[in-house]
Amino acid sequence: MKRRITYFAVLAVALCVFIVVVVMTVMAGLVNEFKEKNHRFAGDCVVGTESLVGFAYYEDFVKLLEQQDFVEAVSPTIKSFALKRRRGSDQDNIAEIMGIDPVRHSQATGFGDTLYYHKDDVSGTFEIASDANLAGCVLGDFMLLQDTNSRYLSVANLPRIPYSISCFPLTARGALAQAGTDMVNTKTFYFSDQSTTGLPRVDGSIIYLPFEEAQLLCGMAGSTKRASRLHIRFKPDVKIQDGCEKVQSLWQKFRQDKADEIQAYSLDTVTVQSWKQYRRASIAPMENEQTEMSVMFGFVGITTVFIVLVVFYMIISHKSKDIGILKSIGVSNIDIIELFSGYAFMVGILGSGFGLLAGWIFLLKINTIEDWLFEHFGFQLWDRTIYAIGDIPNQVEFKILAIIVVSAIVACLIGALIPSLQAARKKPVETLQVGQL
Amino acid sequence: MSKDDFILKAEGLHKSYRMGATEVRVLKGVNLNVKKGEFVAIIGASGSGKSTLLHILGALDRPNKGSVFFEGRDLSKMFAGAQIRELLNWILMFGVLHKILRTGVKNQHGDINEFRNKMVGFVFQFYHLLDELSVLENVFLPAMTSKSIVGWFACRRQAKNRAKEVLAQMGLAERIKHKPYQLSGGERQRVAIGRALMNEPKLLLADEPTGNLDSATGNGILEVLEALNRAGQTIVMVTHDERIAKRAGRTVTLVDGKIEHKNSNNL
Repeated sequence: MKRRITYFAVLAVALCVFIVVVVMTVMAGLVNEFKEKNHRFAGDCVVGTESLVGFAYYEDFVKLLEQQDFVEAVSPTIKSFALKRRRGSDQDNIAEIMGIDPVRHSQATGFGDTLYYHKDDVSGTFEIASDANLAGCVLGDFMLLQDTNSRYLSVANLPRIPYSISCFPLTARGALAQAGTDMVNTKTFYFSDQSTTGLPRVDGSIIYLPFEEAQLLCGMAGSTKRASRLHIRFKPDVKIQDGCEKVQSLWQKFRQDKADEIQAYSLDTVTVQSWKQYRRASIAPMENEQTEMSVMFGFVGITTVFIVLVVFYMIISHKSKDIGILKSIGVSNIDIIELFSGYAFMVGILGSGFGLLAGWIFLLKINTIEDWLFEHFGFQLWDRTIYAIGDIPNQVEFKILAIIVVSAIVACLIGALIPSLQAARKKPVETLQVGQL
Repeated sequence: MSKDDFILKAEGLHKSYRMGATEVRVLKGVNLNVKKGEFVAIIGASGSGKSTLLHILGALDRPNKGSVFFEGRDLSKMFAGAQIRELLNWILMFGVLHKILRTGVKNQHGDINEFRNKMVGFVFQFYHLLDELSVLENVFLPAMTSKSIVGWFACRRQAKNRAKEVLAQMGLAERIKHKPYQLSGGERQRVAIGRALMNEPKLLLADEPTGNLDSATGNGILEVLEALNRAGQTIVMVTHDERIAKRAGRTVTLVDGKIEHKNSNNL
């Protein structure tokens, strides 16, 4: 272990482990945080349809769900698209509207925690302090308001910022409601709060409205009321998979019971999804990115194998005479393999130990380092507007560390295996009496 | 006289090497008997096959044809299945147990590695010591490799004492902590002899033991070998120098791959 080449082997393994530990920890942190934000946004389970028409009899199913001992809370929502125009502006923007009951929605999802002004009292989310008759709306995009002294305004001092929301109301069959008379429903809402989920696509496009108002705007408030989705939170001890399966079987039975109802057809497109399935379009690209990263670092692992292989080839080529000497005194082939494998094991242990330690220290200081880099060079490792994070995730997962260390040691053993086998197969005479007959 | 009366008996040894397209026949039917306590010198010109013969006698190499018997046991049977047996021991996780306790599947004819370790001791022309180890470590290495981890911990003190004893016998008691590269040629060769004697082998094989030394130092080494022989050690020595060969009890001449001439130096 005192040879210089051994230090290089240990260093190479340490560097590989360091890089993998840092990147995998940060990447895993980003993905986990992103998943958690999606989970908070959706609740545990979502029953709903992609159709803008929504589905009928949702109130009956909500009652049924609320009777179940595994269900904590249910929040029906309206989802549609609208044109949004801030008064005074001549520009219409397409917005995704979401009609919610803020109290129920906060019980079923993490909505309440995303609010800026009404985090502690979500019941007043859509209330306008200056006029109780006005309807409020919650915007996802960033618009914290400041006074002339650059101080953020409190909810009591919020000015009236009106938004016109225009929707196309649809019948249960999907036709335009009120066709030929007043095809577009428009109503003015006033900014009452801001919601930051940390999901850029959600925050950039969504506008929350009071449930009943949204239902009216979308034409879902007829004699048979309709909703787009039901967000469900399970009791803490219920596994999401188990809960979703129970909801699924409840829904099947409910559908059968409603089969003879007039709007039973609207139930055909309804699906029961776990939050992961519901948000898969958002999560999948990030998981793919993580998989790609894992593959890339798999190549780093292969590189480690080659580094160790080359190092061991060099060691063995320098040590072939010693191998011959050992065999001449009765050391067996297996002993030779064990000797080099033990050596590789030590290289793996030391290399991964140093790499792990360095990675750990680096991760502990990564935010300080990034702050310093940003302060002195304007350089930011992860763009906050893309990743929607405060600090770089640096929570070390022991499972990941264990996998990396074991992989590094296995890589060293694999790298040493072929040279070890070659060394073991050497005949003593070939190494001791080269050129002599 | 039956083959059991000899400590070593070689019958019809043939050995050839392939050098490119041509096959070089080195040994062409060598027969040799060595009695217990004998000091035999194998003499021959460079390339006559004397080192090859010594390697075959010490199981460092295998003949293409013919047999070597050590105390009546056929070495080829010790070789048979050695690799498969080792692999089996390893696959069945005997490898770990073997390392700790020396357990596992064994050859009924004896193990070739055990033979190299316990029955023969090799002395090479270029000493072949391990430079990373001290003189003492080089000498007790054969004792260490023959033991399991448990066995070594139990007898390491005894083995070290034995190594010190051997080194004292070689006049190297003061040099035990030195590294081989810190020693002279003669001292290194005496360390190599010490290593060969560590496990008290029944047969000492010396390949040109003085070939790399000046005549005075070489003479010192020969005196050591003579003293060992007088104490009952069986020795087979390879040399190309007739004067050195005459120091042995019997000389065997190898010419063109065959034993041409035998004589007893003391008769």
